[in-house]
Amino acid sequence: MATTEEIRAQLAELVNDVAGVPVEDVQLDKSFVDDLDVDSLAMVEILVGCEEKFGVTIPDEESKNLKTVGDAVAYIEAHS
Amino acid sequence: MTEIVITGLGATTPLGGDLASTWQAMLAGTSGVSAITEEWAAELPVRIAAYVKVDPSEVIDRVKARRLDRSTQLALIAAREAWADAGFTWEGDEDEVDPQRLSVSIASGIGGLHSLLNNWDAHRDKGYRRVSPFTIPMLMANAPAANVGLAVHAKAGVHTPVSACASSNEAISLALDQLRLGRSDIAVVGGTEATIHPLPIAAFGQMQALSRRNDEPERASRPWDRGRDGFVMGEGAAVLILETLEHARARGARIYGTIAGAGITADSHDIVQPDPTGEGQSGAMLKALADAGLAASDIRHVNAHGTSTPQGDLTEAGSIRTGLGDATDDCVVTSTKSMTGHLLGGAGALETIATVLALHERTVPPTINLEDPEPDLGIDIATAARPLPAGDLAGINNSFGFGGHNVAVAVTNANSNR
Repeated sequence: MATTEEIRAQLAELVNDVAGVPVEDVQLDKSFVDDLDVDSLAMVEILVGCEEKFGVTIPDEESKNLKTVGDAVAYIEAHS
Repeated sequence: MTEIVITGLGATTPLGGDLASTWQAMLAGTSGVSAITEEWAAELPVRIAAYVKVDPSEVIDRVKARRLDRSTQLALIAAREAWADAGFTWEGDEDEVDPQRLSVSIASGIGGLHSLLNNWDAHRDKGYRRVSPFTIPMLMANAPAANVGLAVHAKAGVHTPVSACASSNEAISLALDQLRLGRSDIAVVGGTEATIHPLPIAAFGQMQALSRRNDEPERASRPWDRGRDGFVMGEGAAVLILETLEHARARGARIYGTIAGAGITADSHDIVQPDPTGEGQSGAMLKALADAGLAASDIRHVNAHGTSTPQGDLTEAGSIRTGLGDATDDCVVTSTKSMTGHLLGGAGALETIATVLALHERTVPPTINLEDPEPDLGIDIATAARPLPAGDLAGINNSFGFGGHNVAVAVTNANSNR
């Protein structure tokens, strides 16, 4: 089982790959939209990337609740 | 009528990553055709193409590139060069050019083919969740024009004419009309294509439209040569900045020449074969002359469509003679596709630029590989770089597309301050 920090680090790489956000900026308290300037289409790509990377399923209706990096990490921890 | 002048040029082609290198390679008679080395080509009857000399991944930021089809990436590279060449800042302030007076007309013959097919592959192999949310804005044929419009802040209209291999000459014609009608003062104009992919290579191959001279890629595109056996698929983009003479003079712009006129006809003959009488093709040239207020004897150079197909080259040679009459004897014809391959929706813009530069530099680039010409063509084809005389010069660029679209663009070196 990966640690919270390991999940955050892998997610940071994904966010960097999709949206060009520096990996060090992808911290648990950051909002994808407000802090990291990730737009809605990039967010879809990031969440699909999470499904592939962490073997979780993120239904479309769940994705709107994942506002911060911490929300996404917590969801992955709970469902992987 | 308002004169429309050319104040910026840019291109990324199989001969070079910018226009200067492309033009030098053209004058030197260099082929941009090579073997397709990717695995998928192994089983195809056609295994040659003309890739861009500088891959867009070397130029476009990686994160931006993820959201842009290859055809759009190429258009952005060419547009950025043309925009800077005209003296403007790429992605600069809106103060530089009034957005309400700036339009875009950039064509593509096929559109975002790689994006469409790659996402279908992902859907079929891995399920719908793997389809990129950017697929639609990447595959739409207007994506190159729209992305260029965003970069330069164009608000007077952004357009994408589609007429197969005549598309970007039609884009030039559309922009010419819009500028003359006063709908904008300045326009970013051109065409792009990126279709070196197994499906179009197989599909054009099935039409028997592509050369199969796989063992000699550099000799495969050979317009008017008796050994020609089809065109070579090329990729790339070319962009011109057009302005009203008044707008260009007000800002002291450097002027290459004018887009003097354009002529459009349709064959209404066959969905892919040109009308063998050439009536539609010569008609387009005659309309371009009339629109430009030029006589046939003013035309000293024709950059032909000249794709290296058995029927197309013969038809066009006849059409040029029909259109220009005895003045054909004083006119130097070339096909730069002998070097670049066929850029489909990018061809008209690239070859209009080649025509403009030929007049501006007074040198016609050669048609390479013309070793055994068809007899009795009745046109004077430059097989080596050929000088043009001093004084006022006019030329025509022809582009013809599947569907029977014929578009001729007339250019001059007038107002050129060189």
